Amino acid sequence: MLDNTQIERLEAEAVNSAKVRQPLYAARKKVFPKRATGSFRQFKWLVMAITLGIYYLTPWLRWDRGPFAPDQAVLLDLANRRFYFFFIEIWPQEFYYVAALLVMAGVGLFLITSTVGRAWCGYTCPQTVWVDLFLVVERAIEGDRNARIKLDAGPWTARKLVLRISKHAIWLVIGAVTGGAWIFYFADAPTLARELFTGTAAPIAYITVAVLTATTYTFGGLMREQVCTYMCPWPRIQAAMLDEHSLTVTYNDWRGEPRSRHAKKVLAAGQPVGDCVDCNACVAVCPMGIDIRDGQQLECITCALCIDACDSVMDKLGREHGLISYATLSDYNANMMLATAGGATSVNPSLIRTADGPFSDKVAHFHIRKIFRPRTYVYMGIWSLIGLGLLYSLLTRDRLEVNVLHDRNPQFVTLSDGSIRNGYTVKLLNMIPEPRTIVVTLQGLEGAEMSVVGIDLPAGRSVPISVEPDRLKMLKVFVRQPAGQIQGTAQTFKFRAEDKASFESDEYTATFNAPEIAR
Amino acid sequence: MSNEHIDEVSGVSTTGHEWDGIRELNNPLPRWWIWTFYFTIVWAIGYTIFYPAWPMLSSATSGLLGYSSRNDVKNELAAAELAKGKYVAAIQSKTVSEIAADDALREFAVAAGGAAFKVNCVQCHGSGAQGSKGFPNLNDDDWLWGGKADQIQQTITHGIRFASDPDTRMSEMPAFGDIITPEQIAQVSAYVASLSGKVQDASLIEPGAKVFAENCVACHGDKAKGNRDLGAPDLTDAIWLYGSGEAAIAAQVRAPKHGVMPAWVGRLGETKVKELAVYVHSLGGGE
Repeated sequence: MLDNTQIERLEAEAVNSAKVRQPLYAARKKVFPKRATGSFRQFKWLVMAITLGIYYLTPWLRWDRGPFAPDQAVLLDLANRRFYFFFIEIWPQEFYYVAALLVMAGVGLFLITSTVGRAWCGYTCPQTVWVDLFLVVERAIEGDRNARIKLDAGPWTARKLVLRISKHAIWLVIGAVTGGAWIFYFADAPTLARELFTGTAAPIAYITVAVLTATTYTFGGLMREQVCTYMCPWPRIQAAMLDEHSLTVTYNDWRGEPRSRHAKKVLAAGQPVGDCVDCNACVAVCPMGIDIRDGQQLECITCALCIDACDSVMDKLGREHGLISYATLSDYNANMMLATAGGATSVNPSLIRTADGPFSDKVAHFHIRKIFRPRTYVYMGIWSLIGLGLLYSLLTRDRLEVNVLHDRNPQFVTLSDGSIRNGYTVKLLNMIPEPRTIVVTLQGLEGAEMSVVGIDLPAGRSVPISVEPDRLKMLKVFVRQPAGQIQGTAQTFKFRAEDKASFESDEYTATFNAPEIAR
Repeated sequence: MSNEHIDEVSGVSTTGHEWDGIRELNNPLPRWWIWTFYFTIVWAIGYTIFYPAWPMLSSATSGLLGYSSRNDVKNELAAAELAKGKYVAAIQSKTVSEIAADDALREFAVAAGGAAFKVNCVQCHGSGAQGSKGFPNLNDDDWLWGGKADQIQQTITHGIRFASDPDTRMSEMPAFGDIITPEQIAQVSAYVASLSGKVQDASLIEPGAKVFAENCVACHGDKAKGNRDLGAPDLTDAIWLYGSGEAAIAAQVRAPKHGVMPAWVGRLGETKVKELAVYVHSLGGGE
């Protein structure tokens, strides 16, 4: 007989033992969103039409700027470094307007998010809009949710092959149109379109279209909710902007629970029953494939389609809308306290209703007033201040500028008659698309005269310069002051540039240097 | 790892690591994410096949595409040369005055000449061509040998007092310390200084004028305006190569200093010299 009591038993376990092993990666669970109908769906169709319309059509709008500038309403002319937006033309050094617009967009996002939650994600984010568009195609070809699930699970028949090929083909066409529209913002749209189809456009145009076709197809058709959940930083950031008065899509479990599929049976048994009949309509329509009844979660883009789905079920049951609704956390908490009688573990539906059915007066409902609170006032204020500042600056900005750079080496030159000469690089900026004659004049610096290299005029105090439309003209200017009139080693004076036709002008204060002892 | 820990709230197992009660959830990655990792590996392998990558004993694998950053530089330089070609050809075939009259050509020549100036001329004339004592300022309107573009070109081409070039600009002022008396030197210096400024002892001016008439007018002219053919400076203006004032003038009369400038055509070639001439002409004093 073997005596195994002598053998010590060791505490050890294989690192990969079956009970601790878990997968390193998870396969994507396919989502087959069902078509929803209702007011939010209507609103989303409208937003989709507007945003897609803006995106695809804007480059084709024309705007007459005269013979010296392009007639495309919105054009980012990178080659010439000019940016056109309807009546506004921006030079690269005025790019702070774009920076200010981005700041406004940021503050606007704070404002929107603090009032109506992740509305950007749910309605206007390109990912959401294009996924919606791709789903329209998918539904049109393969049918609604159940048909798609069946098709997906079924064998590869000829029909399935045809449906799949046509779906992906249309997706690719949408992708190509999307990528194609993008490049029209950077060149004259009709010309570029002609070049694109005749194969004479620049290689970068084709590369851009190809890349954007691929990303649109991949993100909108293949990856969909994966982009929002795993790739996008917004869900993490936007959650931090919400507060207890922000509207979010909420499952109101204070009236929904206890949920039951057999309400009558449960009621007959004397158990409480909530409004939720556990029909899963909210889950079926969700493009993110989540269950809103699990509470607010990162994946929820607040597209509100579950509200539409639930409301139509409530209609059939003859109950009030809003089992799933836009609600604030504070209202939700108040109603939850009411339904649980101040903190019980389970919800009692009778506590929120009067004896004959409707909600009791104590149930909190959202009021538009809640949007107006100090936080939103501050956002609104900052947003409008930046906007007004931008507008003011835009309306009063100079379209004629003069910049002067004093020669540093040598700072001055003594000429044979004892007079002192200083050299300057003068830049005239004609920022309108019309040729102009700009008169450059010396102000101050008594007795001094200037001559401009390349302009055959006798030295004087005023020189007319013709500047091409929408261009900068660089001049080499020599200013000479007679020996007897020099006052000090550094005199300040002004270069004044004036358009005699429009009376627009600009000045630049420059310095005139002279040696210590000028005779 | 032996005891699997499940997070109560999310129902997800944790990695077993704990920091002050905070545990890390062990959520699996999405599978497509793993695919992107595999894709980067495939991409990296492809990259090492197509581009230079693997170090060998004396060089590296050159890659199927034959890419080389040195070739890129070579091509870019060749393209730049090609782009310059039409300007260089025009500069070769035109005179400096014609170049200076053509806006685009002048701009190119000024840029090219400026670059050549920074390498070859700044040692004596200074980085701003402002000169210093004994080295002329090229910005001003006082020219010893002429300030027209072609005269400047001639000076740069053959140099000044540059013995090995037979066409060099040549002039030599005698050392008057051996010819006239120290008293006469003081007188003539006072006279010359008086032409453009004040002198301490006005009584020296008149005898000085006589000394000047006897000894200096041959080169400097009877009005002391100088002579560009001889490189004789104008003595009436405000610009003094070796300093102003009676003492500096007397020193130059007694034992004159003569600067030497090399002939540049042999070293830089005719095109560069033309560009330099246009550049110097553009500095503000060109005639």
